[in-house]
Amino acid sequence: MTGKATLEISNLNFFYGSFQGLKNVSLNIYEKKVTAFIGPSGCGKSTLLRTLNRMYDLYPGQRAEGRIIYNGRNILESGQDVNVLRAKVGMVFQKPTPFPMSVYDNIAFGVRLYENLSRGEMDERVEWALKKAALWTEVKDKLQKSGLSLSGGQQQRLCIARSVAVKPDVLLLDEPTSALDPISTAKIEELIAELKEDYTITIVTHNMQQAARCSDYTAYMYLGELVEFGETDQIFMNPGKKETQDYITGRFG
Amino acid sequence: MPGDHSSKQYDMDLEAIRSKVLLMGGLVESQFKEAVECVQTGDAAHADELQKKDEEVNRLEVTLDDTCSHLIVKRQPAANDLRTVIATLKVITDLERIGDEATKIARTAKSLRARGSVGTLNPYEAIRVMAASTSDLLHDALDAFARLDDAQATRIIAGDEAVDHEFRSVLRTMITFMMEDPRTISAALDTLWAAKAIERIGDHAKNIAEYVIYVVKGEDIRHTDYGHSNADQA
Repeated sequence: MTGKATLEISNLNFFYGSFQGLKNVSLNIYEKKVTAFIGPSGCGKSTLLRTLNRMYDLYPGQRAEGRIIYNGRNILESGQDVNVLRAKVGMVFQKPTPFPMSVYDNIAFGVRLYENLSRGEMDERVEWALKKAALWTEVKDKLQKSGLSLSGGQQQRLCIARSVAVKPDVLLLDEPTSALDPISTAKIEELIAELKEDYTITIVTHNMQQAARCSDYTAYMYLGELVEFGETDQIFMNPGKKETQDYITGRFG
Repeated sequence: MPGDHSSKQYDMDLEAIRSKVLLMGGLVESQFKEAVECVQTGDAAHADELQKKDEEVNRLEVTLDDTCSHLIVKRQPAANDLRTVIATLKVITDLERIGDEATKIARTAKSLRARGSVGTLNPYEAIRVMAASTSDLLHDALDAFARLDDAQATRIIAGDEAVDHEFRSVLRTMITFMMEDPRTISAALDTLWAAKAIERIGDHAKNIAEYVIYVVKGEDIRHTDYGHSNADQA
């Protein structure tokens, strides 16, 4: 495994109160690559994703121990500004979550929190983000319509545009297509391939074929542990561990 | 390696493919043995019968190809399952070719019979040893495929070189016959066609062994010196 690591995760443990959701997980998330987390429900893949931008901070009783090095510092330390972190490590959820406001404001909202742009600059930023998310041609004539009026697939791309608009380094996608039809799914997958030119992407998915198609690296997790991490081609053609093989070939009790 | 999928139907699909490949393997194995017998007995009727049997092998190839494509589209196999399906598609091509080679041997047997014996050239004696070792090789290759035995597969890859060596020995013997007595040329050439067909069957057995290693280890060892470097350990 080569390339520069954007995030270096080492000895990460995560607790939901007294329940340990992640057990001593260590792996690198490589720059401008797509890393997929796969594994059965409850294996900790979403938990791992949520530690990368400290989304868990919103919930009392949840805590992470260990190190996640981003730009030379451990983001788990208490001095970390989580708002800055979440702008740099953006997240898109399983269910599209547009704000109940116009398409334009859905994108401009986040940008206004971090930057003071003129009207013209903001227009440009909105257009740029919508183009990045492959949504511009579909919504350029309805920027003032509600984000909620878009189709599910469009809403999800709007959420991706919203994350991209604040110019992050990393995009965390938590099952971004599981609520979408196959055509919208294909569009999102296409988009992932384009976005990785500029961003480091991490995706949690239950769809193993999707992991095989979209990602460069795959991490297989089970019961809070990282079982195997490697290049996606290797994991799907000839995994090193029997547990991984059993899971990806559907031999899972 | 079928078995223990969450989907029992998937297990059944894989098992159905596996048993059909082994059925096809059994057919070509007996085709080959009987074709060599035809060279010995000169039984033309038996040779005709063998040529007909080859059609069944051809039909199985088509059916199996189709079954494998269906499995791929329905199950999207991964890892060892994917390798099993890919290897199966290749193995059945080799098996079908073995059937073709056996048919060639049967045809040669008829031709030799029609010519009658010339001098001291005994075609069956000339090919007997190489036919026996090739028959063992094919049997072991099918066995290794059935049991996914990579150690046995490695031995087969080395064993194919012995068959190639035997072919060169038959070739030298036939050249000697032809130089000493030109009346033997036709029979010697027929014998060589049969020997060449047997040598090809050895190659196909080796291919099957290579696919076994691909399924078990995930390594593609074709066109490498794997047989040489691993013959001692096996």
